Amino acid sequence: MTQFIIICVYLSLLLMLGVVSSRLFKGTAADYFLASRGIGSFLLLMSLFGTTMTAFALVGSTGESFREGIGVYGMMASWSGIIHSACFFLVGIKLWSFGKRFGYTTQIQFFRDRFESDKLGVVLFPILVGLIIPYLLIGVMAAGVTIERTTGGAFPSLFAAHGVGPAAIPEGAIPFWLGSAGICLVVLIYVFFGGVRGTAWANAFQTIVFIILGMVTFSVISSKLGGAQAATEMVLKDNPHVMRRTVREDDPLTRYHGDQKVFENRMTAWEAKPEAEKGPQPKPPRKPHGISFLHFLSYMFIPLSVGMFPHLFQHWLTAKSAKSFKLSVIAHPLLIMIVWVPCVLLGAWATSAVINGKPVIPYGFSNPNAVLVKMVATMTSDGLGGLLTAGILAAIMSSLDSQFLCIGSMFTNDIVAHYAGKDRLTDRQKVLCGRVFVVLIVAATYGLAQLRPGSVFTLGVWCFSGFASLFPLVFAAVYWRRATRAGAYACVLTAAGVWWWLFAKSGYGSQGQFLFGGMMPVATIVGASTTALVLVSLMTKMPSAETVERFFPRRK
Amino acid sequence: MKILVYALILLLMIAHQDFWWWDTEKPLIGGVVPIGLAYHAVVSVAAAILWGLAAKHCWPSGLDDDDESTAANDRATQ
Repeated sequence: MTQFIIICVYLSLLLMLGVVSSRLFKGTAADYFLASRGIGSFLLLMSLFGTTMTAFALVGSTGESFREGIGVYGMMASWSGIIHSACFFLVGIKLWSFGKRFGYTTQIQFFRDRFESDKLGVVLFPILVGLIIPYLLIGVMAAGVTIERTTGGAFPSLFAAHGVGPAAIPEGAIPFWLGSAGICLVVLIYVFFGGVRGTAWANAFQTIVFIILGMVTFSVISSKLGGAQAATEMVLKDNPHVMRRTVREDDPLTRYHGDQKVFENRMTAWEAKPEAEKGPQPKPPRKPHGISFLHFLSYMFIPLSVGMFPHLFQHWLTAKSAKSFKLSVIAHPLLIMIVWVPCVLLGAWATSAVINGKPVIPYGFSNPNAVLVKMVATMTSDGLGGLLTAGILAAIMSSLDSQFLCIGSMFTNDIVAHYAGKDRLTDRQKVLCGRVFVVLIVAATYGLAQLRPGSVFTLGVWCFSGFASLFPLVFAAVYWRRATRAGAYACVLTAAGVWWWLFAKSGYGSQGQFLFGGMMPVATIVGASTTALVLVSLMTKMPSAETVERFFPRRK
Repeated sequence: MKILVYALILLLMIAHQDFWWWDTEKPLIGGVVPIGLAYHAVVSVAAAILWGLAAKHCWPSGLDDDDESTAANDRATQ
């Protein structure tokens, strides 16, 4: 019940923030979609950081470290620190400048003008929306699951326990359909009324919440383990491989042997069952392995996705001035470090932490993403558990809100307003249209999330790879005057084709960690899309002199 | 200066591939943080410093004029 109350208080605070921000709404489309281009340095930093860091920053980082060891920080976090800031500095500022000069609200408006092609928007629109939808589903599903798993006992007379084993839901827990509906409703209200300003304010608040709660959780858990040094010593004794990026012949691998023992017991029990009652065969634990040089290196391509996220583009355009970007460019890698380092250490400690002779994470525990929640539930109070749940929901919602608004903006500006014709829609009609689309998208995402497509979580990395594959397009559009319309089509179609080919090769995302040539598939896709863009641009006619002068004006 | 800053960022990206700490957890910084993690935390700090230098010395030209200009053709405010 404590956790439920904390979640309710947190969601109420967010709603209040939405109401306050809506009072500043000027009633114009520019204000609804772009906050009248008036967002200053601090709000921009919080918006960008909150939008790029999903729940993965808290629970995923801990889970990946538990599974793979501390190497995940270098692969996922320090690369992101370098590359995200590069995208903000090299691409974001330029796009902000074009957006302000030529009045863009969406990416597609920019690409249509830069490549002198209306149809390019028709090709890009379904690709961008198609890549965002799984990302939205992950957010809504993760929110529903988090609430369901943390509110056990809140309403025992209303909701019965169900399920068995690790997936069992305790009695009285808020069911998935209700929890996910609550989150969708809260996000919908502050996006509907506050537009991008409401989103920016909510993101700032939520980002501060999840950064602080991450640090509090780290400090409480480390003290429960007898201090950080004691926790590290336990790992060095039992599972030292998680503290480096290789596994040696003489490593004790205590955790793996414990998991193996549980698996053998489960297999024996499974084999003894009659055929009709057997169900799926238990999965064996994954034997730890190191991280290869190429795998580690190829992760640098994933954060390039930030350059092509439509919701990030929209946040860039809200900046008050180019100078507003400076704080984000500098502070983003530091904020990543502040959030990730404690979580990665917690994940490594979780492999070996023992309290009163019992492992904190029981052997056979098969869901790495639940490691942080399990540690908090086992080692801290209900109050901290509730606060951490609020922090996880904050991280989820700070990405969801921008994505909902951005798709609403794309439908309004790239489809309805674009095909209705210039000046056909009034400002009020555009805002209304944007709001209607936001409601429809939230409803559709909620409906799809209720089907609980299990494979959607493995699609996450493929969505990022898809956006990253289109990075050469935006980079060339901004820096290479020779980039042509045909080159743009070649880039988009090659990215889509190679992405689909590798996606099919991976069993449509069914292989958790699919590598191609020892690298993340994104490296191959980015290579192919860049090659197609460059070769076809060089073989085709330059853009018109007018377009070149517009986007690459000669200095006087 | 501009070239130096971009060269340092490139150097940081190369230094990110720290094969020299790959197979070791020691030294432990403060007795807690293995070197492979501490090194990459320093990479994050270095990234912040270098992008700060880029913001100071490699700032794109012509943008500050845009701050003052009005969007004559602002579709969103039509």
